[in-house]
Amino acid sequence: MSEPPISRGFRGRGDAARNSRVPPGQHLVEDFPVLSAGPTPPLDLANWRLSIEDGPSPLAEWNWAQFMALPQTDLTVDIHCVTTWSKLDTQWRGVSIDTLLEAAGLSEPPQPYVLAHCDGGYTTNIPAEDLLDGKAMIAFEYDGEALAPEHGGPARLLVPHLYFWKSAKWVQTLQFVDPEIPGFWEENGYHIYGDPWREQRYDGD
Amino acid sequence: MRQENAAAAAPKKQWLTATVREVIDETPRVRSLVLDVPGWPGHRAGQHVDVRLTAPDGYQAQRSYSIASPPGEGALTLTVEMLPDGEVSSYLAGEARAGDQFELRGPIGGYFVWTPELEGPLFLVAGGSGIVPLMAMLRERAAKRATQPATLLFSSRTRDDIIYRAELEKLAGQGDGLTVIHTLTRGVPAGWTGLSRRIDGTMLAEFGIAPDRMPRIFICGPTPLVETAAFILRELGHAAKLIKTERFGPTGK
Repeated sequence: MSEPPISRGFRGRGDAARNSRVPPGQHLVEDFPVLSAGPTPPLDLANWRLSIEDGPSPLAEWNWAQFMALPQTDLTVDIHCVTTWSKLDTQWRGVSIDTLLEAAGLSEPPQPYVLAHCDGGYTTNIPAEDLLDGKAMIAFEYDGEALAPEHGGPARLLVPHLYFWKSAKWVQTLQFVDPEIPGFWEENGYHIYGDPWREQRYDGD
Repeated sequence: MRQENAAAAAPKKQWLTATVREVIDETPRVRSLVLDVPGWPGHRAGQHVDVRLTAPDGYQAQRSYSIASPPGEGALTLTVEMLPDGEVSSYLAGEARAGDQFELRGPIGGYFVWTPELEGPLFLVAGGSGIVPLMAMLRERAAKRATQPATLLFSSRTRDDIIYRAELEKLAGQGDGLTVIHTLTRGVPAGWTGLSRRIDGTMLAEFGIAPDRMPRIFICGPTPLVETAAFILRELGHAAKLIKTERFGPTGK
């Protein structure tokens, strides 16, 4: 591979590059940027539902009160957005996907892939194994407060080890499928898996 | 073993070397860089690129920027606002000059995109440098002599902060169905006859394209502006599916 051109006069801050917790091509932010493809849906807890489906078949459904009655988990994690910002030590509270499956009476995922469906029509795909063993949750609190609507409130998927578009805002349904079905950004040129440490930003990376 | 999806067979987007051909001062804090990018695969209006700078010691920094130029021009133009403490923007909008080089790859994003073949009016809402991808759409619309009616509602801080002011005036004067409405949020100069407040429901209802005409809506700007405009447009009766958004900056909280 040829050497990249030196950008004359550029020195850079270098902070991110020297932090081993920051994946390649990322930089640190202190604030919490908002990126969504469309409008933020109005908050409506009375009609909120979370469901699990096996292909076309419903397996389980929770309303807000039922969901809040499930065992909760706290996670402190670094998050990485494909638009190149990373944020360290973000604090979340939610219900782990392991807990949801258990509550649905499932000892293991019924299919190897998940397509998450959201209010507003957004979708994203994740291998089921990436949601298990405490790696992912349905989060409803950020930094000790109710998750704000523009950040996905009342509840979003949190899969912190993948680029953050996988952590779908306003999640409503986890549909287990086989084969894998590409979601919204995955259909629009982004990587099917999205591992920040392998810099899998776009299709073909 | 998990099967990698067929989509993974797509070729990797390669880093290309961009050479600055020309620098255009748009406002005191915003510059356009006209770039020669050999091997550029082409793009659609609304897409963006990743830019990567390399320092002499090998340190690299990478950010995303919207493309300002329409498809099919010989050069690729980025318009960059200098952000406080902006590691890459301060270089692009401050230091870079003709002949300087950096890398970019793209085009990226297949959703926040407009092409002249799309039917229906075009309703654009911009805040500050959020105008950039929308300008690519208006330039493409003019270049292809598209006839769909178009309205741009553009919020800037002051008149001197209006990016592409002269060009927008010219485009709006061509009589091809484009209306440009400016609003200023931080004081108005003497003789200003335009609007002078943040984008609100009254403004969107009065100057926007009505929901029954089913305009394609693109909103780009700081997060609070985009959140507000998208929320109000839904309330006014625009279908959420026709509202496409790009946000930048912090939440303001």
